[in-house]
Amino acid sequence: MKIYNKGPVFLGIVIFLALALFPFYNNFGKANKKLDIKTDTPAILEYEKVNGKKECVEPKAYMRGEHMVLINNWRDAVVRDDNRGYLSSTGKRWNMSLQNGCMQCHSNKKKFCDECHNYMAVKPFCWDCHIQPVEKEETQS
Amino acid sequence: MSMDRRKFLKVAGISSILGFGASVASATHPTWQPALRPDQMDRNKEALTAKRWAMVVDMTRFKTEEDFTKTINACHTIHNVPDFRKPDGTVDKKFEIKWIWNTTYEKAFPGMEERKYQSEHIKDMPFMVLCNHCTNPACVRVCPTKATYKLATGITMQDMHRCIGCRFCMAACPYGARSFNWIDPRRAANLDPAKGGKVNKEYPTRTKGVVEKCTFCTERLAVGKMPACVEAAPKGALIFGDLDDPSSEIRQIVSNKLTIRRKPELGTGPAIYYLIGGGDHA
Ligand code: HEC
Ligand code: HEC
Ligand code: HEC
Repeated sequence: MKIYNKGPVFLGIVIFLALALFPFYNNFGKANKKLDIKTDTPAILEYEKVNGKKECVEPKAYMRGEHMVLINNWRDAVVRDDNRGYLSSTGKRWNMSLQNGCMQCHSNKKKFCDECHNYMAVKPFCWDCHIQPVEKEETQS
Repeated sequence: MSMDRRKFLKVAGISSILGFGASVASATHPTWQPALRPDQMDRNKEALTAKRWAMVVDMTRFKTEEDFTKTINACHTIHNVPDFRKPDGTVDKKFEIKWIWNTTYEKAFPGMEERKYQSEHIKDMPFMVLCNHCTNPACVRVCPTKATYKLATGITMQDMHRCIGCRFCMAACPYGARSFNWIDPRRAANLDPAKGGKVNKEYPTRTKGVVEKCTFCTERLAVGKMPACVEAAPKGALIFGDLDDPSSEIRQIVSNKLTIRRKPELGTGPAIYYLIGGGDHA
């Protein structure tokens, strides 16, 4: 088989492969990083002391998969329906609030929400308006 | 494919009937429903509720400059309202955001001829104005995303999450009660920690590109508190209550005294009533 213009053709193929495979080798190694989120904030430890266990507003598996939906439902229930109490499947009542609910317990936003969101490459814009908890790293830097 | 005239008309007729049916279905189907079931949410026990929240502003109780500023500041601090200033310290009108503010009698009640001979005291004094939480609000009618709407308690609410910043509501509001965020409010000296500012951590700020206004403190009513301005104003200057309740203080005042409202002739049904002195039943 005869290939015309061998040089440019192979160069082209190499450049094409380099570009097409960029996402793979760029992320190489990073995907294996273990997700390390912490639920040991003062508020959660305090809750554990009083109630004998750590728990979220819904079971952990549900929270992991569905918190974005839940949080949007909370938002609509509060802002559009004027309701502020959430009655969970675990039979408890929670204050439906991002700043005064979720973030009171998960006050380690960087090591919790951000840690996972960075890992998953999602970037919620909520913090343009909602005020983030003050964290130690922030005051040091 | 070819189609004779008769067949074409049949097909066109049937599809327009179907199309009409679809438009009726979408018009009768509610456009927004809460995603949580009723048994998944409730109101706080301590929440203050009403059929029709309204306010009486008793102008005779505002005596000094201080009486106004402390009322305004209470609201603006709690709600993280930015305070943009020019280098010389005066309010930067270009970027000003206001939920409750002062204006003049002439501007608040334009064309009230019969009030021309009002006492100088009233004519010269600053007038406290805020969103009128109208019964028939123009802003709600024009909002293309339903970001502003009526709550069952009579409050004209603003959903910051839906606001696209088109500013139709600002054009529609006859009271100038809405402000647009031209720049990031967190840059204001009173909110930016780098400039010595401080935010209320229990309430969000807003962001560049949304419209905001007074919400009658829905977040405070929900926990059994009166609106911030009512608490901070001189005693009896702002009377907040349920206009629908015949025994409420506000209803007593509105039925027994001469109160005026801003531009009622426009038919928006404002819910802020002004007492400007001059005794009972003038
Ligand atoms: C009472 C304190 C508390 C509140 C309020 C709370 N959480 Fe949690 N959350 C926890 C605890 C504790 C865990 C860990 C549960 C476990 O290990 O079983 C957790 C777990 C989670 C997880 C799963 C983490 C994982 O390991 O997969 C997510 C996501 C989450 N929370 C999000 C939220 C959001 C969003 C809100 C507000 C809607 C919220 N939480 C409110 C205490 C709380
Ligand atoms: C265990 C991992 C994990 C943790 C922990 C976590 N999230 Fe998420 N979150 C996700 C993923 C994954 C998505 C994206 C889902 C999607 O795009 O469908 C997401 C999406 C969201 C969204 C919607 C974003 C959007 O653009 O629509 C919000 C809001 C959110 N998370 C809030 C939080 C908050 C607040 C916390 C901390 C209290 C938190 N999340 C903790 C995994 C996590
Ligand atoms: C343009 C500003 C803005 C943005 C962006 C924004 N919010 Fe809000 N949010 C508000 C305001 C203002 C309220 C009303 C607070 C109240 O009435 O207590 C609110 C209320 C809420 C509430 C209920 C009350 C509370 O205390 O939390 C939830 C839940 C909420 N937002 C979730 C979100 C989520 C999730 C996002 C991101 C996907 C988001 N918001 C983005 C301004 C914003």
